[in-house]
This record gives sequence, structure tokens and C-alpha cells, in this order.
Amino acid sequence: MTALITADLVDVGIAGLDRDGVTRRLIDLLVAAGRVTDADGFQADVRAREAQMATGMPGGIGLPHARSDYVTVPSLAVGKLAQGVDWGAPDGPATLVFLIAAPASGDADHLKILAALARRLVHPEFRQSLLDAPDAAGVAEIITREVVPA
Amino acid sequence: MKFVAVSSCPTGIAHTYMAAEALEQAGKAAGHEVHVETQGAAGSVRLEPDLITQADGVIYAADLDVQGKERFAGKPVLDVGVKKAVHDAPGVIAQAVAMVEAARAGAPAGAAPAGAAPAAAATRVAAAPPRKVGVGTQIRKYLMTGVSYMIPFVSAGGILIAIGFLLATLAWDTNGAIEVTKVVNGFDGGALVTWIGDGFSVTSLQSWAVLIFWIGKWSFSFLVPALSAYIAYGIADRPGIVPGFVGGYAAGLVGAGFLGGIVTGFLAGFLALWISRWKVPKGVRGVMPVVVIPVISVLVVGLVTALIIGPPMKAVNDGLTSWLNGLSGSNAVLLGVILGLMMCFDLGGPLNKVAYVFATAGLANATLSSDAPAKIMAAVMAAGMVPPLAAALATVVRPRLFTEGEREAGKSAWLLGLSFISEGAIPFAAADPLRLIPSFMAGGAVTGALSMAFGAGVLAPHGGFWVTPLVYQPFLFLLAILAGMVVSAALMIVFKGIGHGSDAEVAGEAELVTV
Repeated sequence: MTALITADLVDVGIAGLDRDGVTRRLIDLLVAAGRVTDADGFQADVRAREAQMATGMPGGIGLPHARSDYVTVPSLAVGKLAQGVDWGAPDGPATLVFLIAAPASGDADHLKILAALARRLVHPEFRQSLLDAPDAAGVAEIITREVVPA
Repeated sequence: MKFVAVSSCPTGIAHTYMAAEALEQAGKAAGHEVHVETQGAAGSVRLEPDLITQADGVIYAADLDVQGKERFAGKPVLDVGVKKAVHDAPGVIAQAVAMVEAARAGAPAGAAPAGAAPAAAATRVAAAPPRKVGVGTQIRKYLMTGVSYMIPFVSAGGILIAIGFLLATLAWDTNGAIEVTKVVNGFDGGALVTWIGDGFSVTSLQSWAVLIFWIGKWSFSFLVPALSAYIAYGIADRPGIVPGFVGGYAAGLVGAGFLGGIVTGFLAGFLALWISRWKVPKGVRGVMPVVVIPVISVLVVGLVTALIIGPPMKAVNDGLTSWLNGLSGSNAVLLGVILGLMMCFDLGGPLNKVAYVFATAGLANATLSSDAPAKIMAAVMAAGMVPPLAAALATVVRPRLFTEGEREAGKSAWLLGLSFISEGAIPFAAADPLRLIPSFMAGGAVTGALSMAFGAGVLAPHGGFWVTPLVYQPFLFLLAILAGMVVSAALMIVFKGIGHGSDAEVAGEAELVTV
């Protein structure tokens, strides 16, 4: 099974972009890695999901996500933001953004790893370890190690 | 304390699991045991019945209808949105604890609490009431539940009927799409079995076409019952299914179509929900779900459908038929508009049937496909093809306006539309009638008017695209369909766009409660 995340799906130095811009930056990483086939199409799906309910989470997290026909492999792209960007969470802007891309018709095994990721995100120490990670490889390594399906 | 909880969210990959983890962790931190059933995309593992039995209370952190609510009957339930559980799980746990304490203190749910200590606890529950969901959103949720269970019946039936037509056009030299329906009446069991014995031949393509056509028709005959049953299921859970099915079947019998099925679905659902909340003596409680609720709800829904929904249908039928007969000599384009509107209003319901029967009855007097009755038939057929085609087009042009299920239904709607199976658009219309039915009607009116203006004519009562070789002015006939399809799809997209405003409102409401 393809890894959920690799170092080239992480950008630890995003600055000067708004919510759409950050999302787009992360989508472009997924497109470059061949995990998303159509950047515009997938962004539309993410935006539609975001319109239903903002995905800002407590603890400075933005969690845009969508199941989409344009996704080939369940994937995670992570961005660390130099300045916080409002993601609709009540407790303030997001500095850590996770873009979850799930195929429209993923089998249960694939989706379980995303479920495990969502569960890990709730834990403050997991979020802190990602914020402390020095570089893209560090972030990818922590996620690969910590996120294992139950 | 011990709690069981259910979490779900629209996408089913993130919030569902975050809420589950957050509730479990917050429960642990506060010294409570919380078990969460995640009804998400990765499939859900059902809660052990023992856990439910032992639980003091139930938490719904769900944005979708909770599956299997009946398992929690009799337990106090705290209903918060999934978002609240993610953002403030400790608060949700505290609320749930307060709810259980209030219930133990004997305060009936929702009543003003009395007594000091429980009062404080119960007030906190009242201060943060369960997520407010607008009536419109709630109704749409019920409709969506019904539609999602109905779609497979539509695709199975519609595609098989279309395949029957296709095979028939190959199997007969001429008029295959008409001949295939005349061989045997597939709803007459005796005739069917006789035909299988005497007429059916495994080597005859005609036989296979006939059989596949009728199998499709059988699947179709569950369309309105399934819609009605699962709307009721969305409202009342399991007790809704039986009166919903029977009501939907009866709605079909009295000719009330899918709109009638929506009415019986809501009636059955709320009736079953109301009866299931009756306070009954312990001895009776055991027979409530198997005897009392089904008998009373089926009786009432059946009576209402037969006595209250049925008679006006006949009046509508008779009135419209004589009105149409009066119109038939007048302006042809106007008649085309009216027939188009009727065909697309209820997609197989009473108005649609009147227009269709009016057209087919006229055919008896026509011998050439350029005769007036043939023109009426062409307008009716063309308009009836518009809704599924328009829905299919709209799902391709603006996929993100539609749910995944609708996009799938959109794919088969191409085939259903080409085969003049207007019912292919019901999944769309039933989920969002106020926005979509007007879109369909506008497209149908355009097509009906153009078909009449072009003077297209056909003597075949059905078959859609597959009988175009029999159509007089076939290219103009197809042009009329194309025009209506584009108009209708464009309106769908515009109206659906307006709808996204209301989704934002729903999100806004959730936001308010979270704060």
C-alpha cells in the first residue's frame, strides 16, 4: 500500500497565502506527486465540503478534506504556516493545515488509515510533535510512525 | 458512568473519527467509560449489545441520521452535532452526565426541572439544547434518506427496461420497442407463467427482450413504495418501514405517483414515531414493535391513502382529461407547452399519466406520423425524456452540486432519458422537489412547444430515442429535446446554486451553537 504521506507532500514554510491559497499550495503538492489528477476539480470538491461546515479544529488546526473522483491514492499533505490563517475554528487561526484526499470509492482498508489519522489529530502531543519537527522529512516520518490503523 | 455514542459526518473520513477519539479521551479524563460507534466511510463496527445495555446514557455526535436508533430505546439521549464533540468533548461529556442525573432524578425529558441539585444539572442541558436544525434541512434529510434507498431500484429497473428496448429493436424488424410490451403482461402472474411455458424460447432474442423488459418493470414497481418506506424509516427508524411500504404501494395504486409516495412516507413516519412514544404498560411494551405499531400505523396510512389521497386523484384525472380534450383543437404550441409542463411535473404521477394517456388515446385515430394526434404523442414523448436527460447533463456540468449517489444516478439517467423513462429523474426531484420540479417543467414546456411548432410526429407510444426512425421530422424532434434538456439543466444549476446558500445557513447555525 502506498504511504499516506512522504516528505514531498509537506511544506513547512508557507507564508503570505489565504485559506484558498494554502489549500491550493497543498493540492499542487498532491498533483505533483501524481496522487490527484485535476487540481481545479479537487479544489472544487474541497471547497464544497468546506462550505457545508468549516473544518478549523481546536489547537490551531485546519483540516480541509474531501472524497473525490480526482484522487487516486488516499493521501495527506501538510503545511506549516508562518502566520495563522483563519480556518473557521472558534479558538483562533490555524498554523498547521492537513489536507486529506480520499478517493471517492476507496476500500475500507484505505479509509481506515485516514480514520486513524483523524483520531491521532485529537491528541495535543501529536500536534505538538509535528509543530516541533524541523523539516518536511521529520513531519512525514512522525506521521508514518504514529498513524497506524487500529 | 458508562456511555455509548454514535459519530458521523458528511464526508465520513475526518470528523467522525476525531469526535470518537475526543469523546473517548474526554470521558477517560473525567472518569467515565465511553464507547463510540463510528458510522463513517471506513465502515462501522456495531456496538456490542452488552455495552448498550449497561450504558447510562447515549450521545449522538452525528450529522447524518443515526443508523439503528432502536437499539438505544429507553435510554436518555444527548443529541449534539459532530462539530461540538470535536471542539468541546469535555463539555459534551459534562452535558451527558447532567442529562443522566436529571433522568435519574425523575425529571421527564424536556420538562422544567424541579428540585435544587438536579435542577442545576438539568439547566445546563437546557442552556445548550441539542443542535438546532431548520425544518427545511430536517425535511431534506428525510427525503434524502428515502431517495438513497430508492436509487438502486430506479437504476436496476430503468437500465433493464432500456436493455429490453434495445434488444427488442434488434429482435423485431420494425417497431421493436412497441412489440416488446405487447407480448405478455408481466404483472399478470398467470399469463406470465403460461407464456414462459408456451411462448418463451431460450434461442429467441425476442423472448429475452420481453423477459428483461418485465424484470425491469418489476424493479420499477418498488420505486414509490421504497421511497415512501425509507422516508418513514428516516423519521421513525424501523417502525416506519412497514406503514411506509404499504402507504407507498397504495399511493401507486390510487395513481398518486411519487409525490403521493412522499406524502405517505411522511405520514407513515410521523405516525409510527408518535405511536412508538406512547406510554404503555409493561405487558404491552413487548408487542408494540411487532403488533401494535404495525397494525395501527398500516391501518391509518391505508385508510388515509384510500379515502383522502385517492379520490382527489380521480377528480384531477377526469378534470384534466376533459380540459385537454377541450384544448386539442386550439393553438398547437400552447398545447405542447401544457403537455410538457404536465409530463415533467410529477414524473409518472397523476398529471404525467393524464398527459400520457391523453396522447396515447389519440393515437387510435391517427394513421400517419404527420397527423395531429401523432404530433401530440411526439410532444409528450419528447417532453418526458427531458427530466432525466437534464439531470444527467447537470451532474456532468456541475458535479459538485450533487451528492455522490446523485452523480451515480446521473450516469444511468442518460440511458433512462433516451428510453423515455421519466422516472429516471425522480431521485433528483424527490430529494429537492421545490428547486428541481420547476426546472424540469420549464425544460418540458420548451421541448413540448418546439416539438409541436416543428410538427414532429410519432405513432409509437414509447421507446424514446430508440423509435426516432419512426418519427416524422426526426432531427427537429431531437432538436426540441436537446433545447429543453439544456434549458432544464441550466435552471437546475442556477436553482441548486441558490440552495448552497441554505447549506451555509445550516453551517452557520451549527457555528452559533458551538460558541
